[in-house]
Order: sequence, then C-alpha cells, then structure tokens
Amino acid sequence: MVSEKSHRGNRQEPVQEEPKTHLLSMTVRRGPRSLPPIPSTSRTGFAEFSMRGRMREKLQAARSKAESALLQEIPTPRPRRLRSPSKKELETEFGTEPGKEVERTQQEVDSQSYSRVKFRDSARKIKPKPQVPPGFPSAEEAYNFFTFNFDPEPEGSEEKPKARHRAGTNQEEEEGEEEPPAQGGGKEMDEEELLNGDDAEDFLLGLDHMADDFVSVRPADYESIHDRLQMEREMLFIPSRQTVPTYKKLPENVQPRFLEDEGLYTGVRPEVARTNQNIMENRLLMQDPERRWFGDDGRILALPNPIKPFPSRPPVLTQEQSSKAELETLYKKAVKYVHSSQHVIRSGDPPGNFQLDIDISGLIFTHHPCFSREHVLAAKLAQLYDQYLARHQRNKAKFLTDKLQALRNAVQTGLYPEKPHQSLDTIQKTINEYKSEIRQTRKFRDAEQEKDRTLLKTIIKVWKEMKSLREFQRFTNTPLKLVLRKEKADQKADEEAYEAEIQAEISELLEEHTEEYAQKMEEYRTSLHQWKAWRKAQRAKKKKRKQAAEEHPDDEIAEPYPEEDLVKPSPPEPTDRAVIEQEVRKRAAQSRRRPWEPTLVPELSLAGSVTPNDQCPRAEVSRREDVKKRSVYLKVLFNNKEVSRTVSRPLGADFRVHFGQIFNLQIVNWPESLTLQVYETIGHSSPTLLAEVFLPIPETTVVTGRAPTEEVEFSSNQHVTLDHEGVGSGVPFSFEADGSNQLTLMTSGKVSHSVAWAIGENGIPLIPPLSQQNIGFWSALKKADAISSIGTSGLTDMKKLAKWAAESKLDPNDPNNAPLMQLISVATSGESYVPDFFRLEQLQQEFNFVSDQELNRSKRFRLLHLRSQEVPEFRNYKQVPVYDREIMEKVFQDYEKRLRDRNVIETKEHIDTHRAIVAKYLQQVRESVINRFLIAKQYFLLADMIVEEEVPNISILGLSLFKLAEQKRPLRPRRKGRKKVTAQNLSDGDIKLLVNIVRAYDIPVRKPAVSKFQQPSRSSRMFSEKHAASPSTYSPTHNTDYPLGQVLVRPFVEVSFQRTVCHTTTAEGPNPSWNEELELPFRAPNGDYSTASLQSVKDVVFINIFDEVLHDVLEDDRERGSGIHTRIERHWLGCVKIPFSTIYFQARIDGTFKIDIPPVLLGYSKERNMILERGFDSVGSLSEGSYITLFITIEPQLVPGESIREKFESQEDEKLLQATEKFQAECALKFPNRQCLTTVIDISGTTVFITRYLKPLNPPQELLNVYPNNLQATAELVARYVSLIPFLPDTVSFGGICDLWSTSDQFLDLLAGDEEEHAVLLCNYFLSLGKKAWLLMGNAIPEGPTAYVLTWEHGRYLIWNPCSGHSYGQFDIFCPLKNVGCLIGPDNIWFNIQRYDSPPRINFDVTRPKLWKSFFSRSLPYPGLSSVQPEELIYQRSDKAAAAELQDRIEKILKEKIMDWRPRHLTRWNRYCTSTLRHFLPLLEKSQGEDVEDDHRAELLKQLGDYRFSGFPLHMPYSEVKPLIDAVYGTGVHNIDVPNVEFALAVYIHPYPKNVLSVWIYVASLIRNR
Amino acid sequence: MATASPSVFLLMVNGQVESAQFPEYDDLYCKYCFVYGQDWDPTAGLEEGISQITSKSQDVRQALVWNFPIDVTFKSTNPYGWPQIVLSVYGPDVFGNDVVRGYGAVHVPFSPGRHKRTIPMFVPESTSKLQKFTRPTLRQPRAPPWPGPLCSSPSWFMGRRPEYTDPKVVAQGEGREVTRVRSQGFVTLLFNVVTKDMRKLGYDTGPSDTQGVSGPNPPQRFPQ
Repeated sequence: MVSEKSHRGNRQEPVQEEPKTHLLSMTVRRGPRSLPPIPSTSRTGFAEFSMRGRMREKLQAARSKAESALLQEIPTPRPRRLRSPSKKELETEFGTEPGKEVERTQQEVDSQSYSRVKFRDSARKIKPKPQVPPGFPSAEEAYNFFTFNFDPEPEGSEEKPKARHRAGTNQEEEEGEEEPPAQGGGKEMDEEELLNGDDAEDFLLGLDHMADDFVSVRPADYESIHDRLQMEREMLFIPSRQTVPTYKKLPENVQPRFLEDEGLYTGVRPEVARTNQNIMENRLLMQDPERRWFGDDGRILALPNPIKPFPSRPPVLTQEQSSKAELETLYKKAVKYVHSSQHVIRSGDPPGNFQLDIDISGLIFTHHPCFSREHVLAAKLAQLYDQYLARHQRNKAKFLTDKLQALRNAVQTGLYPEKPHQSLDTIQKTINEYKSEIRQTRKFRDAEQEKDRTLLKTIIKVWKEMKSLREFQRFTNTPLKLVLRKEKADQKADEEAYEAEIQAEISELLEEHTEEYAQKMEEYRTSLHQWKAWRKAQRAKKKKRKQAAEEHPDDEIAEPYPEEDLVKPSPPEPTDRAVIEQEVRKRAAQSRRRPWEPTLVPELSLAGSVTPNDQCPRAEVSRREDVKKRSVYLKVLFNNKEVSRTVSRPLGADFRVHFGQIFNLQIVNWPESLTLQVYETIGHSSPTLLAEVFLPIPETTVVTGRAPTEEVEFSSNQHVTLDHEGVGSGVPFSFEADGSNQLTLMTSGKVSHSVAWAIGENGIPLIPPLSQQNIGFWSALKKADAISSIGTSGLTDMKKLAKWAAESKLDPNDPNNAPLMQLISVATSGESYVPDFFRLEQLQQEFNFVSDQELNRSKRFRLLHLRSQEVPEFRNYKQVPVYDREIMEKVFQDYEKRLRDRNVIETKEHIDTHRAIVAKYLQQVRESVINRFLIAKQYFLLADMIVEEEVPNISILGLSLFKLAEQKRPLRPRRKGRKKVTAQNLSDGDIKLLVNIVRAYDIPVRKPAVSKFQQPSRSSRMFSEKHAASPSTYSPTHNTDYPLGQVLVRPFVEVSFQRTVCHTTTAEGPNPSWNEELELPFRAPNGDYSTASLQSVKDVVFINIFDEVLHDVLEDDRERGSGIHTRIERHWLGCVKIPFSTIYFQARIDGTFKIDIPPVLLGYSKERNMILERGFDSVGSLSEGSYITLFITIEPQLVPGESIREKFESQEDEKLLQATEKFQAECALKFPNRQCLTTVIDISGTTVFITRYLKPLNPPQELLNVYPNNLQATAELVARYVSLIPFLPDTVSFGGICDLWSTSDQFLDLLAGDEEEHAVLLCNYFLSLGKKAWLLMGNAIPEGPTAYVLTWEHGRYLIWNPCSGHSYGQFDIFCPLKNVGCLIGPDNIWFNIQRYDSPPRINFDVTRPKLWKSFFSRSLPYPGLSSVQPEELIYQRSDKAAAAELQDRIEKILKEKIMDWRPRHLTRWNRYCTSTLRHFLPLLEKSQGEDVEDDHRAELLKQLGDYRFSGFPLHMPYSEVKPLIDAVYGTGVHNIDVPNVEFALAVYIHPYPKNVLSVWIYVASLIRNR
Repeated sequence: MATASPSVFLLMVNGQVESAQFPEYDDLYCKYCFVYGQDWDPTAGLEEGISQITSKSQDVRQALVWNFPIDVTFKSTNPYGWPQIVLSVYGPDVFGNDVVRGYGAVHVPFSPGRHKRTIPMFVPESTSKLQKFTRPTLRQPRAPPWPGPLCSSPSWFMGRRPEYTDPKVVAQGEGREVTRVRSQGFVTLLFNVVTKDMRKLGYDTGPSDTQGVSGPNPPQRFPQ
C-alpha cells in the first residue's frame, strides 16, 4: 500500500493535493525547485506548494536518474549520500528519534543498493504504457496492488522520498530561509503522516471509480488513517522540538532581561539537552498560557545546578572497611552542638602544625662603640653611597625631565592642533592643565636634581674627610675606597641640550609671566575702573555731601563710614626677559650639571687595604683587639618566648656579622610578635642585650622562596666609653682637632632577614588558617590578654594605653572592649597589672574544677586523693562513695591518728619507751626509704611483663632439639621449675602455703614420773607412766617401761600461720616420720598482693611439735570393761619459727631444722641412752637437740621483687668502685651462684665498701666481767647477747627490696636488724676479743643468702649463727650454713674459688690464693679504708626498774590473752605455782637454760606435789609484745579443757646493756591429782 | 525507692566480639576480660569469657567471625577507672601449639548507645634476636617448610612465644616501657551501652542523653 502511494505519487494531480495541503497547518513557502520537469512544475507560482509536491519531484528525479543509470548498466554512484549527509541531519533536526534514525540510515543504504533500483525500474518500465486518468491506478497497478508482493521493497522507496524531503528541508535551512522554528518538528511529522494518509485516500478514490463501473464493492469498513490521525491530532499533543521564540514566552511587549548581563549572579543552570528544553517549553506554552514558568530572560526558571564538581563524601579510609562498612548504617543520636571557642585552636581547625621560616642572613653595624673615627666616616660614606645608589636606581630626575618633555610636547600639539575637532574651550582647558603640571614637574625636577647634586657633593666631601683622616692618623682601618668616574659626554650636544633646556624654561617662564602680566593687567584694569567709578561717585558724593551737610547736618555722621579710601591701583610691571633668563641660568647652575662638567659617577669599593696591626699605633691595635673579642648572636623570640638563637659569631673588622641561619619555627598559634634580640658578648663575659628588632609578621601570601631579604634597622641606647681608638656609643666625639662640631652616635645597625611561611610537603603553605587568626586567636586571647585582643599587642605601657584608650574614645559599653576597659581601670587606679611572680601554668586556675579548699573540705575528694597517694590506709579502698554524707568520719580517724602520733611517742603499745622511740625512728627511716625507692620501684623488667622462653644461643638450641627426641616419661624425672607468678593480680585465697612435714629426729620422750606422780589416783593414768616401774629418772629402763610396745612419745606437728592451724596425724616414737603436706591459706595484709606489700608481711610460720597424750577419764574402774573414755592432751615439745618473708624470698625451704625446745620440758627428756644403744653415738654426741625435716613453699610461686636496680651515689674512690665492679663481675663469671659482696648500701642510701663495717668493737663490759678468764664462755655470752637483739628483715622494716647495712651503733640503737647487722656486730665483738674472725657470706637454711661469722679457735673453725647465737663446728652436719660465698675481713675480701662451697668440704685458709681470690692484692693494695663504725660503743646500763615494770605488764597482758583464748572455760591462776616459776626463771637466764632441769624438777615436785604439771619456759629476745603472745598461743597451753585445770604464768625479763632484753615466759598448766 | 538519690551508677555493657582480621592466621579463639578501677564492681554478667575457635571465612574478607557475646553490668561510684575490655587472641601455630596472636584493649564506650570499635591487636616481641629472626613471618602459615635446626627456635617448637604475664597489662601503662610489640590484626567489637543514674550523680557522658540538663546540677524531676 505504501509502495503504491509512492508509485502513484508522481502522477497525482495538484487538485487532489489541494485538500491535503490545507491540512498542514504550516506549509513551506518556497519557490519551485529547479528540478526536472514534472507535472507539478506547471503550477509555478503556486504559493502553497506542498511538501508532497516537492517530494514527488525528488522522487521523480531520482527515478529518472536511476533509470538512466540502469540503461547505461553502471551502478549508481549514490548521489544521495553525498547530497544529504545524514549525520548533519541527525544533529540539526532529527536527533531525538534514534529508532527512526537508525532505521532511516539503514534504509538509505539499502535504497542505494543496486538491485532495488533495478527492481524498481523494471516495475517502472511497465508503468508508462496505459494512460490511466490521473488519480486512478492503472489496471496493472491495481493488479499489482493486489497480487504483487512488495514487502521488502516499498519501505525503501517510501523512505527515499522522505529522505529526499529531509534533504530538502535541510537545504531550506541552509538557504537561510526564516522559518518559524517551533513548527519544524511538527511539520516534519505531520508531513509523514500526511503522506500516508494522502496516498491511502488516493488509492481509495481510484478504487471507487473502478467499483462504480463494474461491481458494487463497498469500501472496507475502515476508518481512514487520515481521519484517525486527525482525531489523534485532536486528542494528542506532540510537543514540537523547535525552539520557542522568546516573545512567546514573555508577556506582551516585554523585552527579555538578562540578569547576568546586569551583573547579578545567576548561577549555573543545570545542563539539559536543548531539544528537551524546547519540548518542555512548547509543552508549557501549550498547557499553561500564563507563562509563569518562564523567567525574565525567557528561559525556564531553574535553580542553579546543585551538583558539586567535587565529591563531598569523605574518602574511604581503608580497604578493609570498603564496601560493607560504608553501607552499614550506624545509629547515632542527634548531637546538640555546643559551641566551644575556648581553645586556642578550635576543634574545627586542622591541628596546627604551621611553620614560619626565619632566615637571618646577617647583621651590619652602622655604628658600634668600637668604631674608629674612620669607621664612622666609612659608615657615613657607605650610607651616603647606598642612598646615592638608591637614588640612582630610581633616577627620579630623569623621570621628571622626561615627563616635562612629554608635557611640553603635549602642550605644543595642543596649541597647534592638526584637526580642530574639539572645541577651543576644552583645548584651552587641557593646555592650562598641562601648563600647571609643567610648572609643578619642573619644580620637582629642579629639587631632585639639586638633591642629587648635593648628595654627590656630600659623598665627595665625606670621602675627602676620610682621606684626610687616613693621612692624619697614618693608617687605614677600612678598605673603603671611593672612585669618582668621569663620564665625558659630547660637549657640544650637551651644551645644546643645556641651552635648549634653559631656553625652553625661559620661554615657559616668560609665557607664564606674560600670562600673569595679562592677568594682572586685567585685574588692574578692573580695579582701575572701579577706582575710577568710585572716585566719580566720591566726587559726586562730596558734592552731595556738601549740599546735604548744609541741609541735614545730622546725616553727616553716617556718611563717612562707607567711604573707603580706594588706592589707585598701580599698573603691573611687564616682565623682563633678561631678568628671567638670569634667574633660570642661576638656578640651573646650582642644581644642574653644567655642560662642560663631566658626569661624576662615584663608585665605592672595598679595594683599599687595611693597615696591618703592626703598623698601627697602640690605641688602634687595642681597638682592633677589642673588636676581635666581641661576638654577636641573635635570639629569636616568638610571642615573647625565646625559641632559638643563632650561633655566636665574632664581630668582623668590618662590623659585619654573617649568620646565614634559617630557623624553622613550628608553631601552633598565629604569631603575635616576632622579635630578634641582638646580644653582644665581650670576651667571656655574659652577653649584653644590645637591641631588640621587631620583625613584621609576614602576610599569608609570603611563602618561603618568595620572601625578599629585608633589612631592619635597630639601635641601642647604651652608653659605652672605650679607652682606645673606638669612639664609643652615646658619647660625644669630634673629628676636629679643637673638639668642636661634636657628634654623638648611638650603636645601631641593620639585620638582614627574611620571614616567610614555610611550604608543606604537598605545596600547601603552612599558615594558620584565617579563622584561627581572626576568631580563634582573638577570642582566645581576649581571655588571656586584653591588650592583644584589640590588636595592639606590644603595647606594654599601661599609661600610654590608657591615654590611647581615652584618645580613641573607646566605647566602654561595647562588650568587645570590656576586658580592655577593666584592664585600664586597674592600670589607672595604680595597681600593677603585671604580676611580679612567675607562674608556669598560668591557666591552671581555670582548669581547676574546684578550688583547693573545697577539695580539702570534701571528704570524698580527700579520700580519693589519699588513695591516689597510696597512703597505706586507703591504698586498697574500694568503692569510694559518691556523696560526702556517705563517708563515715571514722574512715579518716586512723589515718589522722597516725599523723598526729607521728611525733608523739606512744608507749602503750610498745610498753617500753625505748622501743617506742625506736619504732618511731624506724617508721621514719622507713618512710624516707620508701620515698627514695618509690621511683625505683616503678621500673619494670621485661620478665615482669612478658613470659618468654629464653633463647640464648645455638648450643641450647641444639640441646632443645635433642630434647625433642627425649622420652616423654623418663625413668628418672627431674623436677621442673614451677611457673612464677608476679604478685599483681592475686586475691585472697589464691596463695597457699604448703608445708611438708617429713620427719623429725630426737623428739624428747616422756619421762616416767616419779613415784609421787605415779599413783596419785586410780582413775587417771598416763599411758606412758602407767607401767613405769622405777621412780628414778636416771635409770630409765625402757625395755621394761614399755613392755606392751607403748611408745615413748606420740608426736604430731601443728603448723599455725596467720591464725590458721593445721596439724599432722600423730606418729609414734622419738623419730617420727609423718611425710604429710599441710596447706595453709595465705592472706595478704589489706588484700594488697603487690610485691611491696608481700615483702613486708611480718607473719611467721609456727611449726609446733606436740605430744599427744591420752588420759583415761573414767572415774570408775568398774566401767572400764564396757567403754573407753579417754581425753587427749597435747603437750608442747618445741617449735620452729620461719618468717614468711624468708619463705617468700627463698621460694622454697627444704631442710632439717633444729627444733627450738624449751630448756625445761617437764616430764620429758632426751633419750640419750637409747640413742646410744641404737648406735647413733656420733650423731648424738654432736647434736644436742631435736631436728625436724621440712619442706615449705608457696603455691603458686611468687616472684619476689627484684632488688633495687639503681645506682647509688657513693663517697668511695672511683677506682675502688671500678675495682669492685670488676671483681664482682669476675666472680660472677666463675661462680654465678656464690654470693659475692663488695659494696653495700648504708642506711642513708650511699654505697659503702664492705670492709669499712668491720672493726673491733668492745662488747659490753658486763658480759666480759662474767667469765673474765674463759674466753670461750665469753664468746658464747657475747653471741647470746647479739642474738638477743631482735631479728627484723630489712624488707620488713624498709618496705622495698633493699639490703641496708646499718652500722653497729645504729643497729644497737634500732635494736632490730637482719642477719648482716647481727653478724657484723658479732664479728666486731670477736675481733675485739682478739679472735680471728671473718664475716662469712653464704647461703643457709632457712634464711637463704645470709651472713654468718667464722672464727678460728684452737685449730678449728667455728661457724656462728649470729641470730641464734649458736656456734657450729666446720664439720657439723646440722650446721644450717650450706654454702660459703666469700669471707670478709676488716681489710680484705676473699671470694671462694674452690670447687665446693659447703663448709665441711672447703678449706678456710684464706692465705691460699688458689682457694680464695682476694680483693686487695699486690696489684691493688689495701688503701687503708677508714671504718664507718664508731670508735667505741657506748652502752647505757639497762634500766632494771623499767624492765621490772615491763615484766609485770607483759605478764598481765599474757594472762588476759590466755583468758581471752579460753572464752568458754574458767581460767584459774595458781599463784603459788606462778611465784615458784617466777623464782625459777632468773636461774634459767643465768645458766642460759642449761642444766637446770633436774633441780627445777625437784623443786617443783617438792612444792606442787599433788599437781600434774605440764609447762615450759619460753625464751625470746624482746622486740614487741605481739611475738610473745604468738609464741604463747603457739604452745597451745590454753587448749586444755580439763575442768579443774589451773594455770601458771610467769614472766621474767633480764635486761642487758643497751636495753637488750631477754624475755622468759614460763607457762604451765596444772591439774590437781585426786 | 532509692532512685531519688542513688549512691552508685550502673553501666550495662552488652555486645559481642564480632570478628577479627588476622590475615596470617586461622583457627583463632579469643579471650576477653575487663579491667576496671577500684571503685568499680561487677554486679551481673560475666567478667571474662573465652570464645569458640573460629576459622576464616572463605570469601574475600577472610574474616574470623566469633560473634561472641559480652554481657556484664558494673556498678561504680566514680568514673575513674572506667572499665576496659582486654582481648587476647590465641591460635595454633604450625605445630598446633596455642600461641598468642594478639592483645588489645579498649575502653567501654562512655556514652549510651551502640558503638562499634575496631581494636588493633599486637603481640610482644621476643627479646632474642634469633627468635625474632626465626619468627615465622611466612605469609602462608599453612605450608611452612620443614624447619631445619637453624631456621627454627625452641620456643617456636614448643609453642612458647613471648606472652604477657597477664593480659591485663595491656590495659595499663605501668611497665610497658620495657616491652616491644608488633602489630598483628584487628578485632571488631560491638557494644551496646546502657547507663543508669550517671546523670543523677552529675556525670554527663555526652550528648546522647535526651534531657538537656548539663553540669552537675541535679536534674529536674519529671516535668508536669
């Protein structure tokens, strides 16, 4: 169908077209085209030529072309493509329909294809044959219509005309034909539709005709596409793509207004494709005729483009958080923004790291006190020359001359204009202006020229002066040299120019003068005229007056008043040219270089030579020396704080100092001031401030590299008079011989520098942001500094400030000025604002959130404060209450009491005054030591923090590799070290004390009671005594005693620690074996498990050995058959005390200990006989005591604190100290486990060489008097005395891990100390007794590293335990000393280098260097060190009365305690027994607990015959009451709960000199035998 | 009741140890515990926990996800010593010994709400050069070469790496100067923090509180 249309199109009649064309709302007006003739051409001139027509023409043309081409059998050369570049079309008109576009281009290509053309042609060949009436299809056509399959082809042929048409329209536009653009798109579309519709109708019409003739055929019930399109057109609106003309968019008669052109900012409109915009505009115009969518400029109203050119989203930080993290929604509550501008740099600003580069290149003194006269002149000359150079560079005279010339030219041209197109008025005006300017310029030029000349003259004059000075003084100081270069000019030209200039000037002046003259003449004339008139009037008046005077004489009064005597003006003198010329010439001569004079160019050079020193007079030489001594440096002050300084540079002979230093100031704040201070140093004296130079703070645009070097002048007002050639400063001097014409010069100079902002790595200048500079800076400063807040920093004079404020009329009500006003009011009221104190943290006050007073008043804050200070009472205070009211007042009571008591000696607790004093003293020493070590304690070692396997070297590595192959369960497993625990996060119950009781030897056995005891009652019997046949103690026939195998003793061990008691099972016999492990919990004081706290635990582990005794309690023997009623009694046999601190430091204690058995143990005896019988002869003879084997440890193992790793100051010789270090290092290398001591720390914390402690010291005379002849006994007595001094480990007394050695007198004063103090004292006593004695450092059980005393007595060595007073032979196997590290004598130290270190296996002969390495040797002889010990020990006699009093009090306390411990039982005291015991105790003391038992027993028996008695005396050194109480408690005497038990307790205190007290406590329980 | 004037404030923390990034390691578990000051006391929940062993996810993230819940409530009278959570991550080395893979700590967030924290983890470095040298810095710990006698160290063998004596030291400053550490990976934690009575006691922990009262003034009672 479509193809049909196209075929028929060319034959269509215009008539038929008519109705169609009118359908087009707009048709193109155009002339006929010059195309091959077609029917339509006949309609030339037809105005409304339809598109269709044109189309047909084109079609026709194409066809004919194609035909001819076909005839020639040549493929067409595709003319279409050339003619209509489809691309262009796309862009211009049809660009928005891509679908069609593609189609079309494709079709275009297709349509060019040869085959189609051919086909079409074949169709065409048939066509012309039948002449069918126009408008009707031929038969063939009709046939074709119904039968032919046109499918692929017609589109092409249809499209072709369309394309052609497009080409046409395109052409139309190209031809520049004005066409309403809005219709372009529409027209095109309509056209297309039209084509379809048209043809359809044509076809139908044709068919109709046929039908009429032959058959009655009804047209298909079909709505014509045309109608439909029409209907559609009515209903649908397709907006055009043409540009809407502006006038349509604007209201009537309104010109478009472009805001942008008017200078208003309109913003960038969002980019929308032009066509879319057009469509939109068309649509809007159609829909809404009100035009409110359009702006003044006729475009659619649009907001500025909201799209930012750069993404504002913060960059993604890391890859990990990449996609998911970004997408995740984080909930955040809305934040109320609190504006805080108090910080100098607000949080919004980037963290300030700005940099200011200050380049100080050098310093030149323009005057200096050391200037000689010549220097003064030289400086002057240099200055003048500089001035000259500067002037020369500017050359103002030349500039002004040129200007003058130009002006003259201008006037010249103005006067004789070539084209007089301007009004004469304006010309005249400009000329006048020019002239006045010429006058002005000339004046300036003359002045400049004169200045130049005078400058030159002065330079020459100064130079001459200098030359004469040099001649006069016969030496030269400065290398300055002035050379005047003559530049000869062309004299003639010069002269001409000069003359011309003068002439020009003269003429100008003449002109001026004539003008002036004319003016004056004019004035003269007018005034003359006036005068004349006046005179005339005067005359008339006179006449009148004469008349009037006659008539009205009264009027006469007023008359003369206006009468002024006008002087007759004199005519101005005409100017005389000659005069002017003379004037001009004179002036020229003055200011200008005369033409015959050569141009003088001064050149200052430093080429001159300075006279060397040896040719100078002395004054000059000394001046030069002085200069040499001086050096200068600059301090850089930033905001009045010194930030850096230059190096000190010597002052050169030319008084120039070159620094060339660049200071990079890293700053945070905007700079307030930048100052350089010039300091001068003379020789070694302190620097003096010469002057301050204020540098301007650079603009933000000045960055490094762009900053020019500037010179800033400074001057100082110092007055210096020098005694040499130097002229001094501030002192008048003269160049003249007669001293006239005095000069006073001040030290001055120039600093050349440049200040600039640095540029960061990325090229950004490191300048504080403007916001900071403007707001943050000021607002911050307003608070800190009122003056700087108004922008006048640097003003320091308050009065000036006040004056300034008054002058500038500051508004006092302006809040901005408030701080300033306040400041001024303070300043003017006379109070000094500037505080005369220096405060480091001046803003601290503001940061304090409450005042100190309030802080102190608040209990809570106080508590917090004390806790943070680690005050012991509060160190572990938990949950400090929130409110003060919740804090009990009593919380502080203890603390306050302690504070109060610090200086008050409290005797109540310590019972005896001396010890109270000592305790106080100890407390103070302790505090000071704690303070000393507080810092040191903070040091941690890696091992404290990190658990790591050590990997020292390859060999161990290999070993460990070897270990891999080891059996997992070796046959002989080795003990593995336990994991150590640092005591920082332990809590109650975490730590347990493990006590393994292995066995005991030689436990005292029960002794069969004497007959008296034996049968006192029927009902009670002791197992042990039941069958005792013999009453005699000395003939124990045990074999008969225990026929039933009854044991002699049934011991068990009870361990009590911190009031926790554990006991083993009961074993039997005197050599029991328990092998039991007891577990006791450990509780640290106050729950504080820190190392320091654990170290100071004073608790002691008591290991008590008891005998379990069974008593038959049956009252009646008759019941014996039916039941056994026994009561268990326990009898204390002895104890071993081990301080916790020892366990803590030793980690484990393993060994056999001597049981501390009371000297009298009633009812028990050591069974020597039996031992003898059993063949333990040797052992028995050597050891007189009972022993127990123990293993004690802590679980988990605690890491004891390391000793203080701090070097202490020392007064020892440095060499000696080095030697000690070397010695120790050598020893440690050989035997790392052996103790080697060379230096120790004394109580004041200084390092002291150890031998200084050893010196013979006298024991108390009292002791010496006891056995005056028995040295051995005396020695024992002395040892006992020493052992009576209480033992107190340093760690306990001094808190930290430090081994402080106190001297013997300190030790005796303190009455407390640990092993080394005891040992030193004992050793000193022995030395004093004339023994050979050494201090022996080694390891012992249980003490660990300790100090013993070794003596040489009668061919054998004795080892003394100073704490117990016992002595052991070298080969005593029960000697607690296990290793020997070194021996220390008063003058040497010997380190044990033998293979073994256990006492029995070593040789104590220190003279053998192979066995003992001595510290002082031939290479390092003993320098004779003085002792730190006192010359003599002074012993106060012991106060017996005080001792007696103490004795009573202790007895009372103990009695009370025992009653307390028996809360459910009645405690009866047997006074009789007590007094007996009390008498007995001094005996014990006298005999030191030896060999009194038998007498005592007899006595007791005698007195307490009918009592069963069990009790024992305890002996202790006295330190405090508590250990006594503990000891009594440990015996368990109070545990007897026999109803009728009675107690006896006696205390005896034996005072020894120096208040050493030996305490005896006899405690006993008595049961009356019935 | 006593709400009018409370004597303690409560801090309820729940949340979870979400995941970790340890690019070099796999099969890790983590322990957490809290370190807090003397004025703090846990009232409910668990102070410590040990998680399951997790393996790396098979995707690109290679995340080790535990999602191990934390739930603890503290009471306190003083913000000083605000609780910190201390994390320590352990995992097997090539021999299957559990060694530490990272320590880290972070304060429990102060302000109520939901907070996510990513903690960088670190381990102490060995003092021994040798061990440091032999420390397996292999990128593929799964397939290490058989360690020869010299390219291994006993501690590596025995699975003993330097460890802190107590993980809690990472929440403290004391003694840290003696240690050297190396960074390891990251652990992500999620906290949901609820506080009670803090404002009543005068502690304003930030803008999250809806009442606009600031400062230590007692808050107004419920406005009518």
